[in-house]
Amino acid sequence: MIAEAGLAALWLAAAMALLQFVGGLTLLRGGAGQLVPLIKPAAYVQGALCAFAFFALMWLFYVTDLSVLLVASNSHIDKPMIFKLAGTWGNHEGSMLLWVAVLSVSGAAIAFFEKRIDAKTLHATLAVQGFIALGFFAFLLFASNPFERLEPAPLEGAGLNPLLQDVGLAFHPPTLYMGYVGLSIAFSFAVGALLTNQAGPAFARAMRPWVLAAWIFLTIGIAAGSYWAYYELGWGGWWFWDPVENASLMPWLAATALLHSVSVLATRNALRAWTIMLALVAFAMSMAGTFLVRSGILTSVHAFAVDPERGAFILALMLIYTSIAFVIFALRIGAVKQGEPFQLVSREGGIVANNIFLSVILAIVLIGTLYPLAAEAMGDKISVGPPYFNKATVPVMLLLMVALLIGPMLRWRRDALMRIKYWLIGAAAILICGGLAAWKLAPDTRLFPLLGIALSLALAVAAWLPLRGRKLLRTPLPIFGMVIAHFGIAVSVFGMASESGFSKETLTALAPGESAEISGWKVKLDDVKPVVGDNWVAVEGEMVASKNGGTFMLRPQSRQFFKPEMQTSEAALLTRWNGQLYAVIAQPNQEGDGRWQVRLWWKPFVTFIWYGGILIALGGTISLFGRMFRRAKKPAINKWERA
Amino acid sequence: MRAFAPILLALSVPVFAQGSGPTPPMANQQLADPTQEAQAMRLMHSLRCIQCQGQSIADSDAAMAATMRAQVRQQIAAGEKPQAIRSWMIDRYGEWVSFEPDMKGAGLLLWVAPFFIFVASIWLARGLFRRRS
Repeated sequence: MIAEAGLAALWLAAAMALLQFVGGLTLLRGGAGQLVPLIKPAAYVQGALCAFAFFALMWLFYVTDLSVLLVASNSHIDKPMIFKLAGTWGNHEGSMLLWVAVLSVSGAAIAFFEKRIDAKTLHATLAVQGFIALGFFAFLLFASNPFERLEPAPLEGAGLNPLLQDVGLAFHPPTLYMGYVGLSIAFSFAVGALLTNQAGPAFARAMRPWVLAAWIFLTIGIAAGSYWAYYELGWGGWWFWDPVENASLMPWLAATALLHSVSVLATRNALRAWTIMLALVAFAMSMAGTFLVRSGILTSVHAFAVDPERGAFILALMLIYTSIAFVIFALRIGAVKQGEPFQLVSREGGIVANNIFLSVILAIVLIGTLYPLAAEAMGDKISVGPPYFNKATVPVMLLLMVALLIGPMLRWRRDALMRIKYWLIGAAAILICGGLAAWKLAPDTRLFPLLGIALSLALAVAAWLPLRGRKLLRTPLPIFGMVIAHFGIAVSVFGMASESGFSKETLTALAPGESAEISGWKVKLDDVKPVVGDNWVAVEGEMVASKNGGTFMLRPQSRQFFKPEMQTSEAALLTRWNGQLYAVIAQPNQEGDGRWQVRLWWKPFVTFIWYGGILIALGGTISLFGRMFRRAKKPAINKWERA
Repeated sequence: MRAFAPILLALSVPVFAQGSGPTPPMANQQLADPTQEAQAMRLMHSLRCIQCQGQSIADSDAAMAATMRAQVRQQIAAGEKPQAIRSWMIDRYGEWVSFEPDMKGAGLLLWVAPFFIFVASIWLARGLFRRRS
């Protein structure tokens, strides 16, 4: 009954989306527009219906209603409750329902809260939103119905992929989806503004919180996914340039560029066409991301999410939306007025540099990800992996860091490098000293990690300089947000450079009682014991790590799941302020000598990678709240209001 | 003699092609010489585990990856150059096994593209400033 109600709600919601779309069409055609007053209420109803459908599915997972196909194939009666609930979105159908639900609720929120842009643009935006939602409703209802029944109902259910039975990961996919949906809203705003020719600061200020929110979610999602891969895959890597990782990185890169250019448009009324273009690209990238994950067209560690036919559906949606959007862009962009001028050495110039470098990285990642497909079509089966991506993108990332040392210090419109000459000298000094010090400590370090360390040290100082000469209590929150996010970049890059340049590795086999050494740590394997969990059994190594008199227990596990069958390793991580000791126990040695394969790593400052990620997301959040708070206090009006 | 080393090594590991059977010890143990081990590690990170989904042989639990790791370490220990081992792997498993396409043939465009994109985007942006100042 609940399942049928959920399905009915989806059909009704689809009808509401259609109403929004048709209403928008009558508005733009300059017709009588009797449907126009219905657009906003339709958005509210659509949001409520979709939220209902999503909670209906969650209820079905909560009670483990095995007569529903999706529950039967993705849940199990013995599964812990948190993973039963996470199962709602831990599969294709449920995750698409989550997508549509977030999209629709956001649409309702825009209809309710957005007061800054004129009514026509708002209605056009909601119509575009309805159009996007229609495609996803079609996808849900025709190709991936989450409420399908299964006759007869099985007794226990098939279970969820063990890799996904992890608290961190339970929230990783929905976080990324929030980001993708946020970018689809930015897209709706951009197309709406193009259609009504209102691509000015008001539009930018309306779009900015959605871009910011999407970007925060993407940042958290990527950082969480990276940390998950780090401790779950058991080989100490934190970024694999896997196609699906790239699929989440590309929208993030586009969103980061968009976030900066939309700020220029909002405060300086420049970079109009540029901002709209980035909004279209960001949405195209998030669709491409969904497509790459769902289609299985590229082999990846995320292969659990694969279904070629549905991939084709998403590809079709992506092509329809983006091609229509680019046609509208081409037709309308001539009418978008030229923005305010600026010179090369200016804050705008710095942000253009940011946009260029991010776009170049984005293009490289896109080409590298799709290249094997193209080559295969030509008859060559090649792989593009970490060595290529590192060599091609890291130099541009380092350039981006250099831009970040200078850009935020510059004034809007025009500035002179002479004005900030003391900082330039200081930055150069930090770069040289930091680089030399790192090189002195570890002479055989490669170039990229050295540069990464030096640049992150300089940026750790540079990030705070925009606060210089300001009264801290009167400084707007978004400035603090920017400072913290930029500092987060420095922290994260420091971690990345340190991990890739200075990690130590010990691979060995130990019998109970034997020990191994790594970076001054002595790790003794005390015992190996069997452990039984809810739906797995494991061998657990009891290890004692000691250094400078301190001793710590480490308990890595090698887990064997059943329902479905799979082996995973649970690394044991010992976190110190200056790095992590990473221990893995694998299979028993083949020689039958009673030894177990043990892998140990000392990863200096590796945690900084994710601390930095948290700081970046925190900066974004402060900025977002700052904007909302300021907006509540006074409606922002400036001289370009009527652009 | 060195030219025959790969062949001899291949003969000495008959289970290699099946990717099953007992794991050779060098799969999970480092070479004694840290320089050689670093070389081997760097190479292993650039070779794809063909049994698994998009992981390098340096970070995979698959039996096939273990066998290939042992191959790499043995050949490095025998004094082979990493580039020669890579070519040997490519001969055996095809271009697919290398995560870093060569700068020739199908891979050439891939390496040229970043430079092209970089120059093109700078050129585009230059237009932006010129038009506006």
